[in-house]
Amino acid sequence: MTTAAPPRASGAADHLAAGRTRRRRIDNLRGWIYCAPFLLAFGLFLIWPTLYGLWMSFTGTSLAGTNTQFVGLDNYVEAFGDPDVWSSLGNTVWFTVLSTIPLVLVALVLAVLVNIGLPGQWLWRLSFFLPFLLASTVVSQFWVWMYNPQLGLVNTFLGWFGITGPAWLQNPNTAMIAVVVTTVWWTIGFNFLLYLAALQNIPDHLYEAASLDGAGSWRRFISITVPQLAPTTVLVLVLQMLASLKVFDQFFQMTGGGPGGSTRPILLYIYEVGFTGYRLGYASAISYIFFFMIIIVSIAYMVISSRRSVKA
Amino acid sequence: MTATDTRRRRRSGVSAAAPARAVHAGGGGRGFTIASTTVLVVFAIIWLIPSLFAVKTSLSPNGVAALGAQEILTNWSPTLESYTSLLRQGDIWNWYLSSALTSVITAVLTLLFASMAAFALSRLRFAGRAAVYLLIIAGLMIPSQVLIVPIFEELRLLQLLNTYWAVILPQVPSVIAVFIFKQFFDGIPREIEEAARVDGAGLWRTYWSVVMPLSRPVTAAVAILTFVWTWNNLLLPLFVLSNPNLMTIPVGLATVQGTFGLRYADIQAGAILAALPLVVLYMFFQRQIVEGVTGSGLKG
Repeated sequence: MTTAAPPRASGAADHLAAGRTRRRRIDNLRGWIYCAPFLLAFGLFLIWPTLYGLWMSFTGTSLAGTNTQFVGLDNYVEAFGDPDVWSSLGNTVWFTVLSTIPLVLVALVLAVLVNIGLPGQWLWRLSFFLPFLLASTVVSQFWVWMYNPQLGLVNTFLGWFGITGPAWLQNPNTAMIAVVVTTVWWTIGFNFLLYLAALQNIPDHLYEAASLDGAGSWRRFISITVPQLAPTTVLVLVLQMLASLKVFDQFFQMTGGGPGGSTRPILLYIYEVGFTGYRLGYASAISYIFFFMIIIVSIAYMVISSRRSVKA
Repeated sequence: MTATDTRRRRRSGVSAAAPARAVHAGGGGRGFTIASTTVLVVFAIIWLIPSLFAVKTSLSPNGVAALGAQEILTNWSPTLESYTSLLRQGDIWNWYLSSALTSVITAVLTLLFASMAAFALSRLRFAGRAAVYLLIIAGLMIPSQVLIVPIFEELRLLQLLNTYWAVILPQVPSVIAVFIFKQFFDGIPREIEEAARVDGAGLWRTYWSVVMPLSRPVTAAVAILTFVWTWNNLLLPLFVLSNPNLMTIPVGLATVQGTFGLRYADIQAGAILAALPLVVLYMFFQRQIVEGVTGSGLKG
């Protein structure tokens, strides 16, 4: 009965395979069920708005919901010819440069100083990190008051030295710098903590070995601390650039984009076009141009960090 | 190195000044220590001044505050007038309630949804898992601010404008929360769950009664950070809430700011009342907040 065995075996295999298929189907089902709530919210409030915004950017949609007809690339053509788009993109990039440099360097300096291990750790962390937890409304009100031309602390302080300070937020020469200072004060805590954690992950034996070789503290900082912090610096730099490019709250509340649009970032312009000018379609097109910039920065980071990890 | 490993080292590092630091810090000598202490103290003072000035202003009578910084700094008759009048007006209680409700519900839903998805991505083999993971990674790149216009349109279609859900729902899909949870789950040894499975625990029980209790530190960090972000969010509630009774603290404050006119002490008192709950939160959950920030930044 040589022919009887194979059918039996294949029957068992069939049975087994059927069991495996069933189990795989249950596994699939369970995986999707556990992901479902998140994916539903993700689809509704991230994917769908992204696609819907893209669609709107090709239409003449207004805030009243009228005129939803397809206008092709008209909005994009208009955006590229709109001097306000260029000036607000310029403001955004300028703000990003001005704010990113101190937000990375000062954060590094503060983290290194705190990491030396002076007493009162909680106080240092409170001082530098607490502003990060404040709402932009609170921060704006603190600083609008600080910058008040006649009554504020900044000009009063300058007055003690016989200096007449400008109207910081109303003067086109100082408004941008004033908001940058506020932003550095407000958000440095995040970068500070990232650097502090990274510093504390540097193995002590590296420093001990360098000390034995007679390296001074500056030498150790340059040849151990700085290289060891390189991955964190790339991360901090990119997160900071992305955050700075998305600036809105401070300008919206402190300068309103003024004087004369000199401090209007791109997101504020999108807000004005969409909700004050009622042109949602055009606002969406500008959003997508901006979106494109963000993606370029993100991809640049991924390329840099993946090259780094390949090397390592 | 596993995630838990890094986490443990990070915690021991962040929460206490490691005595070993003295070894290489002291190498620079006494002058170096004095110099760095001075710089640090100067920075800390600069950083504290804006908040302290706001507090001092808020404790001055409106009449004194209107005379400027010089008067505010030299006036030593503190009063709680601004605080009591703001709290008596009542609007601020509505705003506190709105902020608290939306922040707590957002945090709870974010925790539940993100941890379930992360559990599936970390523990279950299912068709399309890689695709789901990629999709979520892609979500990291979408700047939520540019979605505000389509989200507004969507909420209008769903007739959710001027409801708490309009503030809550768009903030629930937090990609970063999924990442933090997945990274943590990947570091939990599977033997623990297998033991539970052998004892007859189902998948839900494994997730809810075994994995989640083990993930308490990361759960606390995600919960607190989500709470803070939602509490402080200005753009979304500004767009979707126009009913003054439903406004959250930042929006309510931004809208009344203009009506205060020259009552500078009241303005600063309002700002401080808005900030107070988060300052208290920081005092209680300092470690979780610090860990949450470093964990979300140092992923991968």
